[in-house]
Amino acid sequence: MTQDQPLLSVRDLAKMYGGRIGCTDVSFDLWPGEVLGIVGESGSGKSTLLGCLSGQLAADRGQILYRGRDTRQMSEPERRLLSRTEWAFVHQNPRDGLRMGVSAGGNVGERLMAVGARHYGDIRETATDWLGRVEISAERIDDRPRQFSGGMQQRLQIARNLVTSPKLVFMDEPTGGLDVSVQARLLDLLRGLVRDMGLSVIIVTHDLAVARLLADRLMVMKDGHVIEHGLTDQVLDDPQAAYTQLLVSSVLQV
Amino acid sequence: MIRIENLSKSFTLHNQSGVVIPVMAGAHLAVQPGECVALTGQSGSGKSTLMRMIYGNYLAAGGSIMVGDVDVAKASPREIIRLRRETLGYVSQFLRVVPRVPTRTVVAEPLLALGIPSDQAHARAEHLLEQLNIPQRLWSLSPTTFSGGEQQRVNIARGFAHDYPALLLDEPTASLDAKNREVVLSLIEAAKARGAAIVGIFHDEAARDRVCDRTVDVTGFTPQRAA
Repeated sequence: MTQDQPLLSVRDLAKMYGGRIGCTDVSFDLWPGEVLGIVGESGSGKSTLLGCLSGQLAADRGQILYRGRDTRQMSEPERRLLSRTEWAFVHQNPRDGLRMGVSAGGNVGERLMAVGARHYGDIRETATDWLGRVEISAERIDDRPRQFSGGMQQRLQIARNLVTSPKLVFMDEPTGGLDVSVQARLLDLLRGLVRDMGLSVIIVTHDLAVARLLADRLMVMKDGHVIEHGLTDQVLDDPQAAYTQLLVSSVLQV
Repeated sequence: MIRIENLSKSFTLHNQSGVVIPVMAGAHLAVQPGECVALTGQSGSGKSTLMRMIYGNYLAAGGSIMVGDVDVAKASPREIIRLRRETLGYVSQFLRVVPRVPTRTVVAEPLLALGIPSDQAHARAEHLLEQLNIPQRLWSLSPTTFSGGEQQRVNIARGFAHDYPALLLDEPTASLDAKNREVVLSLIEAAKARGAAIVGIFHDEAARDRVCDRTVDVTGFTPQRAA
């Protein structure tokens, strides 16, 4: 695949909840190495969209082409393989993405075993290396995640997701619910990983400051529709749509 | 290197009864490689607006903004991201960084984004920080806690880390002491000498006279107000 082909192409995607719109008329391209932010208030459809894109929710209409193949037409095993290997999903609540009864090292190692790693020494070494990359001390490798702070749990979830070198990472409010100082540390970590691993990321957030620091491009959603779409700093500094202007001007200045 | 033709811009304030404020019409500008052009005009005349439009931060309403072979007025976000990474640098008046990132990495980031090896990128960053008299003991700290003048110098170091073919400078010498002002002016002169096309806003007239080849008064691009 060349840099000149989108990694993900979405066309006219829609998802209904009965008569209510989850999200509709969503079309965009995501290129390798790009970070796309999806912002909007609660209930705007951003999490529904993320769910459809990542295959956790079934869309009603439209195409989701990943490297040219429509993931909506794939068989279930095919899609599962994809979400274990080339995709990753970072949940807002680390408990949804971690196995709380398994050690930190086990949480990371398990993902490696799922893609075929069998050598115990190698797995433990890779797991230790990844714990270091997300700034968790190697001494904590045998501790359970429930003994970790919220920020550490979130970093562990990121290590578990990235250890298999995915190409596309979905993130749902990854810094939500964390103290600001912990958020900053996580943002720094994510930016470094995105750059060094050339990751493509789709990140849902309601925090415009997080969007500004992480995302190359933004999609603004309201009532299931994409209201505005463009370069992150342009959307935030020169918003065109009435709703985006309201959203941006509602943020408290620090 | 930079060619602007018939550029216009207006702001529509949807939440203030949809008021449309035309701020620019018929703007034009051409900057050759190795040339530095100063934008002049009173506060509020549109100097910063024009700079932001060249950088793709503000959307143009009409006209064209060629930077190299990219028309910023029509380019896709992806093309602008690439242009900013490779071709077009911007030293703004405000430093906006992820908290907690060490100063030396903040400065090295534009080079890391180009795929330059970390040790080379950091060596270049340290060289610039040294030139700009940022004490070595601060390099491993985040610039968010620095003084205004220090933050500005970090911003300048970051803007000059990569040899961009085109550069936008917003008040690069404001709030600097004589010694650091001299360093910044010599960085600008060196950038011109290697062929960079530069557009700048300088309230510091002596600095403007020294590094700029000519001035363009943006007051001429203000739309005629309806009577």
